[in-house]
Amino acid sequence: MLAQQLVNALSLGCVYALFALGFTLIFGVLGVINLSHGAVFMVGAYAAEQAVSHLGLPLWGALIVAFAFSGVLGLVIDLLVLRPLRARNAPHLIPMIATIGVGIILTNAIQGIFGAQNIRFPEQLVSNRTISVEGIDVTALELGIILLSFMLMALLLLALKKTQLGRALRAIAESPRAAYLLGINVEGLFYLTSFVAAGLGGIAGVLIGLYSNALFPLMGKSMLEKGIAVIILGGMGDMRGALIGGLFLGLAEVLSVAYVGSSMRDAVAFGLLFLILLIRPRGLFGTLMERKV
Amino acid sequence: MGRHRTAAGVSTPLLRLDGLSRHFGGLMVLQDVNLEIPRGGIFGLIGPNGAGKTTVFNLITGLLAPTSGRIEFEHHSLSGCSPHRITRLGIARTFQNIRLFREMSLLENVMVGLHAKLGYRTHDLILATGHFRRDERAARERARELLSWVRLDHKLSDRADNLSYGDQRKLELARALASNPKLLLLDEPVAGMNSGEKDALMSDVRRISERGYTIFMIEHDMRFVMGLCQDIAVLNFGRIIARGAPDAIRVNAEVIEAYLGREDDDAAPDGAPGAAA
Repeated sequence: MLAQQLVNALSLGCVYALFALGFTLIFGVLGVINLSHGAVFMVGAYAAEQAVSHLGLPLWGALIVAFAFSGVLGLVIDLLVLRPLRARNAPHLIPMIATIGVGIILTNAIQGIFGAQNIRFPEQLVSNRTISVEGIDVTALELGIILLSFMLMALLLLALKKTQLGRALRAIAESPRAAYLLGINVEGLFYLTSFVAAGLGGIAGVLIGLYSNALFPLMGKSMLEKGIAVIILGGMGDMRGALIGGLFLGLAEVLSVAYVGSSMRDAVAFGLLFLILLIRPRGLFGTLMERKV
Repeated sequence: MGRHRTAAGVSTPLLRLDGLSRHFGGLMVLQDVNLEIPRGGIFGLIGPNGAGKTTVFNLITGLLAPTSGRIEFEHHSLSGCSPHRITRLGIARTFQNIRLFREMSLLENVMVGLHAKLGYRTHDLILATGHFRRDERAARERARELLSWVRLDHKLSDRADNLSYGDQRKLELARALASNPKLLLLDEPVAGMNSGEKDALMSDVRRISERGYTIFMIEHDMRFVMGLCQDIAVLNFGRIIARGAPDAIRVNAEVIEAYLGREDDDAAPDGAPGAAA
C-alpha cells in the first residue's frame, strides 16, 4: 500500500519539480519571480491539446509543441515585459506585479477562446496499460512522467554544471555585473533562460493535463501556488532544491490523501511546508534568500 | 631592477586618451586627461586617493561615459561601446573590490572568463557535437594553464570564497587573462597583500608582461609600481601632473608635493615618492 502511494507521489512530485525548476531558474538567473509561469504552463497544455485534436499529433509531438509554444511565449513575455523593466532598473517587486498581469491576460484569453469548462486530451493518446511489479501497479502514464521528468531535469542540471553555457548562467546568477564585464552576453542568456524555463513549464502542463485528465484556464493558478511553495522550500534559485522540494510536495499530497483524507490534501501539504520552513527559514538548500542557480 | 623592456620606440599607441574629462554633478573628477599607452610593457598610473584613477579605468572599460574627450583603442573609438563589447575588443580588467564568482571553483571562474573567446554555439551544446567537446576540453586546459601563471594550479577545484585575500586577487588576474586581452588593466593588484605575497605577484606580473601582454596598472604600493613599470603617469585632482620613468617621477617636485602637501591624506603610501627623495 505504501509502496503504491510512493509511486503515485513520485509521478506527481516529478511534475511539480519540472514546473518549479523553470520557475526557480528564472529567479536564479534573472532575479525575477515570474508569476506568469502558471499561465504559461496552462497555455502549453492547451497548445498541445490543439495540436493533438486538430493535427492528430502523437504524444511526443504534442510535448514538442508544448515546449516550443510555451518557450516562445516565455521569450515574448521577457521581451515585452521583463526587458523594459530591466532597462529601467525597476525594483524587483515591479516585475512580480507585471507578470501577475500577464498571467491574468493569458488566462482570460484562453477562457475567451476555449471557454471555462474542462477539456481533455483524447483517451487514446496515452496507452492505458499498467505494469505490475510485486503488487505495485504503475500505469504507462506514470512511468512516462517519471522517466521524462528525470531525463529533462538531469539534462538541465548537467548543462548547468558541465558546460560553458551553464557556467555563464551560474556566473550571471551570482553577479550579472561581473559576468557582463567579462564579455558574457547577459541579455542573450536572459532570453535563453526565459525560453527554456517556459518550455519546461509547458511540458509540465501537458503532463498534469494527462495525469488529472483535465485542462481548464485556471489550472495554472494552483500550480503557481505550489511552485512558489516548492522553490521557497528548496531555497530560492537552487536547482537541487526545486527538485527535492517538488518531490516532497508530491509525497506530502499523496500521503495526506491516503491517510488523512482528500479534502485535507493541500492543508496538510502546506502545513508540513510551514513546519519545515520554521526549522530551515532559508529553505532546504538556500544559503541566503538571494539569487543563485 | 627588472626593467626588461623600454616603452620607447613604439610608434602607434595601443590606447590613447584624448582630452578626457568626466564630471559628477559639479565635481570635476577628471579634467582634460591626455595619455598614450604604447604596445608592450607595464604602464603605471599613480596619485593620491581620490585623484580619479579608478574613474580612468571605468571610462576605458565603458562603465562610465566621458563628459568630453575620446578614447581610442587600436584605432577603434570606444565611445558608446558597451563594456562587454570592449572586453571583446581586447581590454580586460581586475577590480579594486574583488568581484569573483564566490560559489564557483577556481577552474570554473577562469572558464567563465573564457566565455567571450569561445565561439561556441547553442546547437553545438544541445547536440553535444565533437566541436563542443573539443572546446570544453580546450577551455579546461587553458584555464589550468592561466591558473599556473599565478601559481594557483594546485587549488583548481577549491571554491573561490575559500581563498585568502591575496589568492583571490591572483584568481581575478587569471580570469581577466582568460579573454586573452591586448590590454590588461589592474586596479590595485596588491591591495591587502603581505610583503611576501607582493614580491611573488611582482614576478608573476613581470612574467605575464614578458608573454606579450600590455599591462596598465593603478597601484598605491610604490615599491611595486616602481619595481615593475617602465613608464608612470601621476594623476592629482583629476589632472596628469607628471609622466616619465620611475627615477624621474621619484624626484619630481610636483609629485612630491601632491603626496606630501596634503596632511590629511591618510593613504600616503608607504615608500611614497617623496620618502625616497
